[in-house]
Amino acid sequence: MTGFSAWSGPRTAKSKDKIMNPILEMRRITKTFPGVKALDNVNLTVQEGEIHAICGENGAGKSTLMKVLSGVYPTGTYEGEIVYQGKTADFRNIRDTEDRGIIIIHQELALVPQLSIAENIFLGNERASRGVIDWRKTNRSTEELLAKVGLIEPPTTKVDSIGVGKQQLVEIAKALSKNVKLLILDEPTAALQENDSRKLLDLMLELKAQGVTCIIISHKLNEVRYVADRVTVIRDGMTVASLEAGDALSEDEIVRHMVGRDMTHRFPEHKRTPGNTLFEVKDWNVWHPEHTERQVIKNAAMTVRAGEVVGIAGVMGAGRTELAMSIFGKSYGRNISGTATLRGEPIDVSTVDRAISAGLAYVTEDRKSLGLILDETIRFNTTLSNLDEVSTGGILNHNEETKVAERYREALAIRTPSVFQKAMNLSGGNQQKVVLAKWLFTQPDVLILDEPTRGIDVGAKYEIYTIINDLATQGKGVVMISSEMPELLGMCDRIYVMNEGELVGELSAAEANQERIMSLIVNE
Amino acid sequence: MDLANNEAATSTATKTKGIAEYLKSHLREYGLLFALIAVMAFFQIVTDGTLLRAVNVTNLLLQNSYIIIMALGMLIVIVSGNIDLSVGSVMGFIGALAAVMIVNYDQSVILTILVCLVAGGIIGAAQGYWVAYWRIPSFIVTLAGMLVFRGLSLWLLEGQSVGPFPKEFQILATGYVPDIFPAGIGVFFAEMFDARRVNTLALFTGFAAAGLVVWLSLRQRSQNKAYGIEDEPASFFWGRTLIIAAALIFILFKLSQFRGMPNVLITMGVLTVIYAFITETTTIGRRVYALGGNQKAAKLSGIKTERLTFLAFTNMGVLAAAAGLVFAARLNTATPKAGFALELDVIAAVFIGGASMSGGVGTIIGAVVGAFLMGVLNNGMSIMGIGIDYQQMIKGLVLLAAVIFDVYNKNKSA
Ligand SMILES: Nc1ncnc2c1ncn2[C@@H]1O[C@H](COP(=O)(O)OP(=O)(O)OP(=O)(O)O)[C@@H](O)[C@H]1O
Ligand SMILES: [Mg+2]
Repeated sequence: MTGFSAWSGPRTAKSKDKIMNPILEMRRITKTFPGVKALDNVNLTVQEGEIHAICGENGAGKSTLMKVLSGVYPTGTYEGEIVYQGKTADFRNIRDTEDRGIIIIHQELALVPQLSIAENIFLGNERASRGVIDWRKTNRSTEELLAKVGLIEPPTTKVDSIGVGKQQLVEIAKALSKNVKLLILDEPTAALQENDSRKLLDLMLELKAQGVTCIIISHKLNEVRYVADRVTVIRDGMTVASLEAGDALSEDEIVRHMVGRDMTHRFPEHKRTPGNTLFEVKDWNVWHPEHTERQVIKNAAMTVRAGEVVGIAGVMGAGRTELAMSIFGKSYGRNISGTATLRGEPIDVSTVDRAISAGLAYVTEDRKSLGLILDETIRFNTTLSNLDEVSTGGILNHNEETKVAERYREALAIRTPSVFQKAMNLSGGNQQKVVLAKWLFTQPDVLILDEPTRGIDVGAKYEIYTIINDLATQGKGVVMISSEMPELLGMCDRIYVMNEGELVGELSAAEANQERIMSLIVNE
Repeated sequence: MDLANNEAATSTATKTKGIAEYLKSHLREYGLLFALIAVMAFFQIVTDGTLLRAVNVTNLLLQNSYIIIMALGMLIVIVSGNIDLSVGSVMGFIGALAAVMIVNYDQSVILTILVCLVAGGIIGAAQGYWVAYWRIPSFIVTLAGMLVFRGLSLWLLEGQSVGPFPKEFQILATGYVPDIFPAGIGVFFAEMFDARRVNTLALFTGFAAAGLVVWLSLRQRSQNKAYGIEDEPASFFWGRTLIIAAALIFILFKLSQFRGMPNVLITMGVLTVIYAFITETTTIGRRVYALGGNQKAAKLSGIKTERLTFLAFTNMGVLAAAAGLVFAARLNTATPKAGFALELDVIAAVFIGGASMSGGVGTIIGAVVGAFLMGVLNNGMSIMGIGIDYQQMIKGLVLLAAVIFDVYNKNKSA
């Protein structure tokens, strides 16, 4: 069992006795977007064969720095100098960097879901002679690569039928197929469960043993401590520290550099006194939208009291998101049956807008494809679910909208030059906050949060927890689906455990701990 | 001394940099305006001033009125992430329906217009139904519609042209708004401008519209300032606003020297304002953009995506019907070929105006300017006597250039 405590103690072979030999030096990198200075004279030195972690708050500029390095932003669009393998590099595009062995795996995976693993791995790099793909060779090479990353799947499996954890491994296999020397992973474990994360990190250590240099961006500091040899911390587009990892480096110290002050608690204090039952779901059954004979949710029953924060734990695929989405306007599944009541009264949740007017809100786990209109502004996204509030007779009051957006920008500390910035241009964590703002603005009675802190930095997590506490204090009910057990344990009054579509257990805050939850998941 | 000099130098440097940056990020909008001006200037020169003669300006408006009317609906359909290929056929069919009702069956004009608009709505709704509730790609549904309604007009007209229409119907397209001012004022202005005659109403309307544009722009600008939205450099703001204001005055001044404002100009102008308003400041417009930008996210935000799609097509049907009536009235006859391939001009206008194929992006004003750009090209080339073969090729290339320009801009800014 991989408990949280098992993470402590870095297992990395120390490279102290090695001769320092930088494979990469980025010097005084400055990158501006209209109205935003994303990077301001950033320096980064990475030694050959090490695992180098980059930490920083949401919007600090981590992804941007990596995009500069990997040729997404070509030379000339930024200031500063990149020295790679001893030579000044002028990368014009991603091809250039890939030819030199720099491979980036972006925050959002870039696999084609309809294609097979093998097709994805050799996409644009096909094993072919005279334009005809040699499938035997392709599949054989794929098998070899999959063996290297420890993924047991036939090469012909479609990518959309495997989980995110395995998809990450496919991405790495793809990188390996390109003869990688410097592998960049931008938040690779954000969407992963703990044991999948562990596998991935161990794979990184293995690659390191084979001489591959890695740069990893992560908000999960326990993982950073576990794999990294050095940690560079970026704040507001500037390098603020470059730290030697090791026993002496604590998570708290990294956090201090990230946020610029001491942060003694990860969870805000709360004292809650839940009231009467606010929201209740009974006999909830859902079938799979395509494989109609498969029952995805079986007889689920759940209550949320006023002023209570209820967690749902479970592994990926347990049906937590499916449960939430089927409740929220029947957005998932078919043949949905069961009753939903609010303060004892049955409510109609058959469409999303009815669910919203009944007082529900659901913050999706997948903000890019389900949460945001990326091409539109923060203001547009913030008011989208509650346009009635900012309009009279169907005519929008733009001033009012701006005020609302500004209010939430402040309340949630969304980092952006203005609320007229497009959602697309925000950093991952700030996008998440915009989605949250949208749902807070609907003033729900019951807020369902699906992985609300995925990809969010420690400081912002704290802010989001504070908001959750505020909502509970106001007598609202909060349901929190999370794969991060410490978060559930630190925040919830009660935790349901879900497994294969069933709510298999319920633990009060006093009873709950990591082992108990795991045993409920495993026992079923 | 030296220092002061330096400072002044850097401040102008940052200023020009700001302007360049602004221009870069708004190249698309200015590009369209400049393209229209450049194309007009070009044809004005090569046609020895024929392009902007009063008669021709009037003509230009009449010729493009039905394209613009349909472009308004098409913009919404395209922003919602769909396309409507049937509008040319629907327009032709409605013209045929009007002709048969009025000419063959002696129905009143009012009744005919009402029936035609409702029929257009039903046609749009019927197509929208399959797109919205059955999720059949709009390309397929409206491709089918294009064939069906082309066939229906042939059947309805029995392969013949039907006409002519009575006067009351023709007024729809060929009528002019009468001058409400005393004739003396018109004569006074005519002497002043050395023109044969001047329609005072048209002239005043031009000034009023120009004033309105300046006022609205100023208001928008001060609001933007208040909220700290990146504001346009003053030179650009005034340049753009004054060009538009001047253009309005100019066009109406030209019209005033011919027969005044055509009825369709009023229809077109009012519809454009209404649709610009709907897309920019109503909840329904907002939701259409959300739907086209990300259908799944829109749905999960509580937007009734199916109903919106359905409405977008219904609206398109009504506008296609309106265009069909104007077109039939203008030709004074309904022919089986009316509206043939016109959907392509309409769609091209919307894309030239900056809408995106994938939905969620585009403006009414852009679509209207795009339609005018195509219209001026058509008209200018016809005056020059360029054959239809070259005309088609040039129009095709203009469309391609506009879209390439879009994509290039987008890639560069990303
Ligand atoms: N294309 C863009 N246009 C405008 N601003 C941008 C663009 N890309 C990034 N930014 C801005 O640059 C800053 C740095 O963003 P970046 O994505 O590098 O953050 P990050 O450190 O990776 O954050 P996160 O942890 O949330 O992923 C942010 O303020 C972001 O809004
Ligand atoms: Mg990032």
